[in-house]
Amino acid sequence: MAPLLFHRAPPYLDLLAKLPSRLKPPVHLISRKPTRREQASGYNVRMTKSILLETTADGLYCAPGDFYIDPWRPVDRAVVTHAHGDHACRGCRRYLTSTPGEGVLRVRMNPGALIDSVPYGTTVNINDVSVSLHPAGHILGSSQVRVEYKGEVWVASGDYKTEPDRTCDPFEPVPCHVFISESTFGLPIYRWPAQLEVFESIRAWWRENQREGVASVIFAYALGKAQRIIAGVGNDIGPIYTHGAVEPLNQAYRASGVPLPETAYVGDGKADWSRSLIVAPPSAQGTPWLRRFGAVSTGFASGWMRIRGPRRRRTVDRGFVLSDHVDWPSLLSSIKATGAERILLTHGYTSVVTRWLRENGYDADVIATRYEGERDDGLVELATAEAADEASTPSLFDGTDAAEAR
Amino acid sequence: MRAFANLYNALDETTKTTEKVAALTDYFAQAPPADAAWAVYFLIGRKIKQIVPSGKLRAWAAAEADLPDWLFNESYDAVGDIAETIALLLPDPVASSDRPLHEWVEQHLLPLRKAGEERLREAIVEAWAAMDQSQRFVWNKLLSGGFRVGVSQQLVTRALAKVRGIAPSVVAHRLMGDWEPTPAFFESLHAEQAHEANISQPYPFYLAHPIEGDPAELGDLHAWHAEWKWDGIRAQLIRRGGETFLWTRGEELVTERYPELAAVGDALPDGTVLDGEILPWTSEAPLPFAQLQRRIGRKTVSKAILAEIPVVLMAFDVLEFAGRDIREEPLATRREILAKLVAEGEFPRRLLLSPRVEALAWSDLAAVRETSRENHAEGLMLKRLDSNYGVGRKRGDWWKWKVVPHTIDAVLTAAQRGSGKRASLYTDYTFGVWDGSQLVTIAKAYSGLTDDEIKKVDAFVRRNMIEKFGPVRTVKPELVFELAFEGLNRSTRHKAGIAVRFPRIVRWRTDKTAADADSLQTLRDLLPPDRA
Repeated sequence: MAPLLFHRAPPYLDLLAKLPSRLKPPVHLISRKPTRREQASGYNVRMTKSILLETTADGLYCAPGDFYIDPWRPVDRAVVTHAHGDHACRGCRRYLTSTPGEGVLRVRMNPGALIDSVPYGTTVNINDVSVSLHPAGHILGSSQVRVEYKGEVWVASGDYKTEPDRTCDPFEPVPCHVFISESTFGLPIYRWPAQLEVFESIRAWWRENQREGVASVIFAYALGKAQRIIAGVGNDIGPIYTHGAVEPLNQAYRASGVPLPETAYVGDGKADWSRSLIVAPPSAQGTPWLRRFGAVSTGFASGWMRIRGPRRRRTVDRGFVLSDHVDWPSLLSSIKATGAERILLTHGYTSVVTRWLRENGYDADVIATRYEGERDDGLVELATAEAADEASTPSLFDGTDAAEAR
Repeated sequence: MRAFANLYNALDETTKTTEKVAALTDYFAQAPPADAAWAVYFLIGRKIKQIVPSGKLRAWAAAEADLPDWLFNESYDAVGDIAETIALLLPDPVASSDRPLHEWVEQHLLPLRKAGEERLREAIVEAWAAMDQSQRFVWNKLLSGGFRVGVSQQLVTRALAKVRGIAPSVVAHRLMGDWEPTPAFFESLHAEQAHEANISQPYPFYLAHPIEGDPAELGDLHAWHAEWKWDGIRAQLIRRGGETFLWTRGEELVTERYPELAAVGDALPDGTVLDGEILPWTSEAPLPFAQLQRRIGRKTVSKAILAEIPVVLMAFDVLEFAGRDIREEPLATRREILAKLVAEGEFPRRLLLSPRVEALAWSDLAAVRETSRENHAEGLMLKRLDSNYGVGRKRGDWWKWKVVPHTIDAVLTAAQRGSGKRASLYTDYTFGVWDGSQLVTIAKAYSGLTDDEIKKVDAFVRRNMIEKFGPVRTVKPELVFELAFEGLNRSTRHKAGIAVRFPRIVRWRTDKTAADADSLQTLRDLLPPDRA
């Protein structure tokens, strides 16, 4: 599919001019002068010297290399930053990912998918574009994609965090001209507590539950967060059991050389649940699956737990603030560390971060993607809803359903 | 204050009653009485007056966090609570103080009332620097006068009773009325006998449960006393030690706002406490509740308003007589005493006896109930004749049997984000009904939907916004909801010319389109006859 570059003003420009600024579509980059009508209408076009990566209907596209990064529809050639569902799309003809990430990507993609892998820092050429992958610190195998063409360097971050994580390689800032960053937690209210304290509070909660004779069920993303918690909490307090969505990924982590404490699949087995920690995906909350454990205390580990409203809405007994994304201070310092002058924001609190960057001397814009970052699962959280709105702005006018498109 | 902040977190974190009571019990067992007294004060919802307007607090916090105003506002939008936003944005504390709650309140907070702005700012910034995030949150809530916790007075009462092994009803009584949060007060809560009777102290109000199912199942009608459920303000009128006190159910002392009832109190024999309803009443009939609302907020009442909207006390119970607590006597006995009191006293027609509604059979009573609205009542009260006057809301011997509320189908026209638990979800809705081809706003409502429905409506709002007015988003008029409300009145302040009482969402009418919603005329037809 052709890139979404408008060479003529789209028909709904007049409508756009009337929209409140919050609903305005993200920027579209063009390589010509904007027309007068485009300028007058407030339709967001920006002229730029070069476009190495651009958003299209199928995903982030590199025209000179003819490949996509994290496409959201099946394409011919996909470079995948990590195996989460909003970044890795099934059905592409060919994938490129990092060597440590190959195992988990295979668990998630169709059987027999054609997956090439490359070690971090090794350059491969795709058509005339040099591509290399660099650790993003988000989950096992997560990468930033560095793309170089005719002396210009762009880096797409995917999802990332800068805190150390013993289940994956640490984030590395990659110098570049243009940095495409996520901003899931792009508000100054998001500052993560030290993770050792968080693990300690999970351990304290687990011990307290053992004293009370109730099982400890912690909800966390099956891929990444679950393994980080298992590694961080350890099994010296009691046995760790896992939900069926978590256990295969534990095995994939171990097969990729990440040591994890022993875990057992809950299955149909019987055990003294009251002493154990049970790790399950958020979708298991409130389901009959939980009944087998008898009396439980529930916990949820997510960056959203920093705020009281989402914590209470979750209706778990404990909220633990633990995220695999950068918080506000790390987001800003990571952006600075790349040395990039131009920053493009893909998902999260994009408009806030853009404005902050502009006020601090950066050239910054929002670009449209369908990435979701860390979802406040089941809730249409502001960040994801706006990302979805932006990803499908024209649907405001043709009546298709933005939420269903996700 | 750390212990109190921890208690707050523990109460906030759990939805289980047993855990809440356990957290409260632990706290009360360990806290020094000076702290515990303030904790009780705040936990049961007593407030100290706002010390700083929240606008100032915001500005100072933004400056401390070195954030531009717009970024502070974006943060507030995501959090939905100003005290929490500030607690989250402030830089990490330099030191965490362990100053006790009463010291913070008495020596730091209350003296700020008289402080000038600069001093106020300095003191608050200094306090922030000494507190961790959860202490700051509680502190900000205290500063802004908006401290609310998800525990009922009943739970606090239960925990206090458990700590020292005394009856909850005794604790409940001692928590009523006017008291100062001093160590002596906290100790007196536990005392075997109250040292010094507080003559202004009302009794805990006994409340009725709504009846479910067929009242005929309550058995023999002769064992029951029926009367109107009056639509006014529940109140206790107290005459003790030569003084008169009028308390509302919200535990507000309102003696001076209703001079006609103060006069009634003055004429009561000493040692009397009556329970009844304050009603706006002229020439033998009540006025609409909306009229009473014009008096509720006023601290001083003019002669004009006294003449225009006089009130009566519609008495239905007597709790203390000749200085004796008679709540354990059966209702039949109390009613006899009450009837005698009202009949024999010389009151300038401002004290009425709530009449018994007579019926021979439940079916007859049901028919009478249908006439509630004509009688300016919300329905009937059913009380066992042998019931004593209990504490709080109990099932079994007092029931309210309200008339079926009015319902209409209205269209969702605008939405706003909620606060607290629902911050960042669109949960506060505005509804309209058709006036010709226009939708006019008829009500705002917040509750009545399931969490799942709230999410769906939230998603609809986000995709169908039309315009933005401050925090309010107008939406495409598409969704139809059935609203229930208790009554309606003419209003010059509302665009529709009608004000509805207690509007709430009954259900989402997914089977209806906007065109099927009701018209303003339907509502006009429900209006009571115009008495003017």
